[in-house]
Formats: sequence, C-alpha cells, structure tokens
Amino acid sequence: MNILSIKDVVKTYESKIAVNHVTFDIPEGIIYGMLGPNGAGKTSLIRIITTITRPDSGEILFNNERLNENHTSFIGYMPEERGLYKKMKVGEQLVYLAQLKGMSHKDAKSTIDGWFEKFDIKDWYNKKIMDLSKGMQQKVQFIATVMHRPKLIILDEPFSGLDPINANLIEDEILNLKKMGTSIIFSTHRMEQVEEICDRIVLINQGKNVLEGDVKEIKNTYKENLYNINFVGEIGDDLEKFGEIKEKTDQNVTMKCESPQKANDLLRWMIQNGALITSFNEILPTINNIFIRKVEGKI
Amino acid sequence: MDKLWLIIKREYLTRVKSKSFLLSTFLTPLAFLVFFIVVGFIMGNKSDSDKKVAVVDPGNVLNKVMKDGDNIYYTFSDKGVDVLKKDVEAGSYDGILFIPKPDSSAVRKIKVLYYSENQLGLDAQSSLENQISERFSEYKIAALGLDKSVLENIKTDVTIDPEPIRVDQRDESSSAAAVGAALGTIMGIIMYMSVFIYGSMVMRSVMEEKMSRIVEVMISSVKPFQLMMGKIIGVGAVGLTQFTLWMILIPLISMFVTVVFGFDPQDTQSQAMAGAQSVDPDDLRMMVGKVMHEILNLNWWMIIPCFIFYFLCGYILYSSLFAAVGSAIGDDLGESQSLTLPITIPVLLAFYIMFAAVRAPQSSMAVFGSIFPLFSPIVMPSRIVFNVPYWQIGLSMALLLATTVFMVWLAGRIYRVGILMYGKKASFKELRKWMFYKD
Repeated sequence: MNILSIKDVVKTYESKIAVNHVTFDIPEGIIYGMLGPNGAGKTSLIRIITTITRPDSGEILFNNERLNENHTSFIGYMPEERGLYKKMKVGEQLVYLAQLKGMSHKDAKSTIDGWFEKFDIKDWYNKKIMDLSKGMQQKVQFIATVMHRPKLIILDEPFSGLDPINANLIEDEILNLKKMGTSIIFSTHRMEQVEEICDRIVLINQGKNVLEGDVKEIKNTYKENLYNINFVGEIGDDLEKFGEIKEKTDQNVTMKCESPQKANDLLRWMIQNGALITSFNEILPTINNIFIRKVEGKI
Repeated sequence: MDKLWLIIKREYLTRVKSKSFLLSTFLTPLAFLVFFIVVGFIMGNKSDSDKKVAVVDPGNVLNKVMKDGDNIYYTFSDKGVDVLKKDVEAGSYDGILFIPKPDSSAVRKIKVLYYSENQLGLDAQSSLENQISERFSEYKIAALGLDKSVLENIKTDVTIDPEPIRVDQRDESSSAAAVGAALGTIMGIIMYMSVFIYGSMVMRSVMEEKMSRIVEVMISSVKPFQLMMGKIIGVGAVGLTQFTLWMILIPLISMFVTVVFGFDPQDTQSQAMAGAQSVDPDDLRMMVGKVMHEILNLNWWMIIPCFIFYFLCGYILYSSLFAAVGSAIGDDLGESQSLTLPITIPVLLAFYIMFAAVRAPQSSMAVFGSIFPLFSPIVMPSRIVFNVPYWQIGLSMALLLATTVFMVWLAGRIYRVGILMYGKKASFKELRKWMFYKD
C-alpha cells in the first residue's frame, strides 16, 4: 500500500515551472529519498504535500484518499529553514504545536516528557528557545516534528547544521520510527547521505522526475561492471582481453568488463597465472554519479 | 475553529504574560499621573520668590485697597517715586507701582508705571492689569455718580440652547455640544491610538514569525488565514485587556496618590485652570454639575454599541493591512517604513478630519469622513454624540463592514504568499501580483 501517490503534479510560479508533471508513489513504512540540486523543485513539492500550497493540476492521494487539510495531523514536517518561537518556553511551545496537530493537552505533555527522557533533556522544559544552542534547538525541532506520531514524516535536509553526535542521534531515531511503521520522506541535495538509509529514491531536476525506484535496483541498473581486484604476485599484460583497464598498480587493478561473466573469466585467469587474490569487489555507482550522468544525458 | 482558538490563546497569553505588557500596563497610568502632577505644578507655580511692591496712588483711584497677587504683596505709600527708588535700591521694596490720576472720566487709555530691576512675569502682569482696569471702572462709576448695581445689570450672559423641530427628537441642553465634542475627541483619540499601537503589534508579530522561520511549521498545521486571524483577534484581546486595566488602574492610582500623599492631581489641575482663566469656583461647580448632567443625559445605548462596532471593525481592518505588510517585509526592517506609509496616511487624515468633525459635526467634510470606510472608524465615533441621522450611520456601518471583510480577504491573500517569500524585495507591484496568486 502507498502512503502517498503523486500523480502528474504541476506547479508554476509566475513564469517558472517549479514542478513539472511529476508522478511517483511512496510505499508505506519506508524511507523515501527525494533528491535533487538546490532549486530543483523539492521544496515546492513538499509544500504541496504538506498542503501549504495547492498544485495547479494533478492529484495527490494520502492513504488512497485525496489529500486535504484533515491529513495535516497525520503529517510531520521539518522544514529546511528551522524555526521556533524564540521567546516561548520549550515545553509550552511543544504542547502548543502538538495541540495544533490535534493532540490533547494531556497526551501532548506525556508524549513530550517521553521524548525529553529519551534525549536526556528533562531540565529543558522551562527554558526559552533563545537560550538553547543551535544543536539543542534542532533536537526540539525534531521532537516537534514527530511527537504527534504522524504516519508520514517529511524531513527537509534534516542533518544540515548538526554535529556528528546529534546527526547520529537523529539518524537512529529516523530508523527507529521506520521500524515502528512510519513512512519518511527525506529530502536532500547531499546524495551520499541517502544511500545508507533510504529504501527508495526519486531524483528531481528542474521540476522533473528524472529517476525513481529502489536504491539497490537503481544501482544495479546503472552499474558499469566495474571491478576492483587486490592481489599479490605477477600477472601478465594480457588483461585487456577481459575489458578496459581503468587503473593499475603493482597490487591493484580496476577493470571495466563487458559482463559479469567476463569478470569471472578474468579472476580465473589471474588465479591460473599464479596471482594471490586478496579481494575482489564490484564497484557500484554512487547515486551522485548516476544523477550526474542522468542529468548530462549520458545514460 | 479549534485551531483558531489555540492560536488566539497563544497570541494572547504570551503577550499578557510578558514583562513588557506588565510594565506598559502599570507604568502608563503612573506616567499619566506624573505628567498631570508635573503639569499642575508648572501651571500652579507662578513665581518662586515673594515680591513687595509699593503703590503710589496720588489720585486715590484705588481707594487704598489692592488685592495681593500670587507672591506679590502691595503696600500703599505716600512717599514720592524718587524716594521710593532709593528704598528699592536699599532692598525694602522690589518694585514701585505708580497710578497716575486720570484727567477726566472720559480717559480710555491709562499707562500705569511699574519701576523695578526685574520685569513682572506675563501672568502677573496681565492679572495686575485686569485688577487695575476693574478698579478704574469702579473709580469712574463713582466719579460719574452712577448706580453700580444698575450698571451690572447691563451685562447679559448669553448661551444658545439647541431645540428640536419635532417633538420626538431629543432636547439637547446648551452644554451638549461641548460635552459631545470632548467625548467625541476622546473616542477618536482612543481609536487612533489603538489602530496604531495594536496594528503595529500585529505587524511586528507577523514579521517575527516570518524571520524566525516558525511560520512554515505553523502553516503545515493550520491555514495561513487562521494564523493571521488568530493573531489579529489575540492582539485585539490584549488591547481590550490593557484598556480595561487602565480604566480601573487610573482612578485607583490617583486615589492612592491622594490618600498617601494628601495631594490631588485633579485638584491642582482645576486650580491651575481656575487660576489661569480666573473662573469663579461657584461657576466651576455649576459647570461640573451641568457637564455631569449632560454626560448622564447622552444616548449611551447608541454610543456604546456604535463605539464597539467601529472599534472592532477599525481595528480589524487596519491590523489586517498591517499583517499583510508585515508578511511582505523580509529581513530588511527599513522596508517597513515605505510599506506602512499608505496605511498611516489614511489614519492620520482620519485623525485630522475627526478634529474638524467635532467642531462642525454636520459639515459635509464630517459627513464624508464618517461614511468613507477608511476614515469612519475614527471619525464616526466622534460624531455619534451629535444625533447623526440613521441613514448615515447605517450606510457608514454597511460600508465599513463590507470594506473590513474585503480588506481581511485581500490581506489574507497577500499574507499567505508573503510569509513564504524570502529575499524578494516587496514592492507594491509585487504585492499586487501576490493578490492574484493561485493557492
């Protein structure tokens, strides 16, 4: 089942087309990466999903229902530009935001207490936001995003401005939420972050859906049969018959083979020639790499 | 609706609980009080040192009687001016007043001479002139052998008492106009102040939300329009709270001051006023009685609901415009100046028309001002005391209500785009575009 279906969505601002006939589905319970450079249309798309703006045409289904304002309480959104009421106390602010998402005062308070315990920040309840450091504010912002137990969480550049310790903490929590069945949209322009935690991705460029699918499948589809072999001993100069040599040193060679079969042949040949193989790896392309090739029209 | 209520509650509570609210609420009446005390003190204080003045009156015009003024004490002397000048130099007198003997009763201009090292103050001089002028009249009356009581009957006090044409119209008393004008001015000033104070409070709050970037989180939960209305209503409630507290605090504080310091600020003021215009205390008491009667006699069943209506509509109309401007301003505070100008101009114009309307409530300017919806919230309350025809009130209210609804809608359209626009310079051209943006 899909938590979100985006069907042929178009959004224009004056003369600029921000979202150009984009279609994709987000299955329930996965981490979905929304990738693309700055200005690709990610934020415009997110604002449509969060019902902040409406698409010019196209349709969005949330849990198979046409997306409407009643769905906002099932969605948690952390915008790229973080913001909280600076003069409000942390606890009061979180209760207020939770109530706006439809939680009762009591439920909000006990949930927030739970999160404070989890992050070990119990003494923050009566602190004002402006007295917290940036990293601390981010934690509060994260709690504000997830405390009402949304079915869909949208995180726009969640790691920007976080130190490694806090980034790890948030990453763990994201994975935790996924385990509990929450669907997560993870929007970023830093593609290397996504590969580790996203199950599926969509690549967006200039408002268009460039590529969409399962991360592993995409990598397999766009792999170039690149293999890296570490070895000890002598090998002959006849390597070219197995493929193109990309790089070669005394103990390491990177080859682009025509097919996996050729790589197998290469390995057998090396062993027969008396080389001691210490490692054999297929080099899969990075998402970044695929994206660049895709945008440049090379694939 | 629940969400709107939550927003109103937050906007209200965070403000009412803030230190600046407490300070401004409690310090403003104190500041007023200090102001009145200082004004009363300044007005009441003529001069600081006592003056002894020798009066030389060879013609015995004054009949050896002079009322001492504030800090000025008169002594009649038979010595010549030249001898007295020496006394002044020696310090026994501060000045010499020389009253020349009038040549005949027909003399219309007389120069009284005052010899001194220091000039008299303006107030002292004019009260001295008044006193002597009156004494000259008495002197002439006696010289001509006229009957003083007959002469006094010649003077006639005239007041104009407005009377209705039809019996069903209310009969106004003569002081109605003055009381109406005072009340109208007060209501106009309250309207003007609340539009500015609380309107700009709404604007600042919108800007804060935009700049702290909380607004995007907010509108992923609520509609921009709800957020804007919640803010306007919440801040409006803060304004009403503050006004109510002031209404209670100002009398309380002045009572407290009276009891503790044994000093009545109102008294000093009325004394000062009485002193300046030399009003008889009896007259003053009668005037106060008349005014009280007039105030009780006003058509409060008409005035209060109308005032509340114009107050609410005026506040909502202008604060929604302030909210729209606040949403359009980016990080550059300087821009707010040029964008708020078109809002402040009608408010200022209305304020001046209000003063004209109080003086001539039925003039075409006043009628126009009280019907034109950008002016009516300030002008109409100031006119309402003066039996405004019902069709004018009806038209004015209908126009104002329609304009308020339209402006709120318009502001909402600008607001919803403005709060998400960063780094774009907000010009009027830009704002006009935003009005027609699709959702």
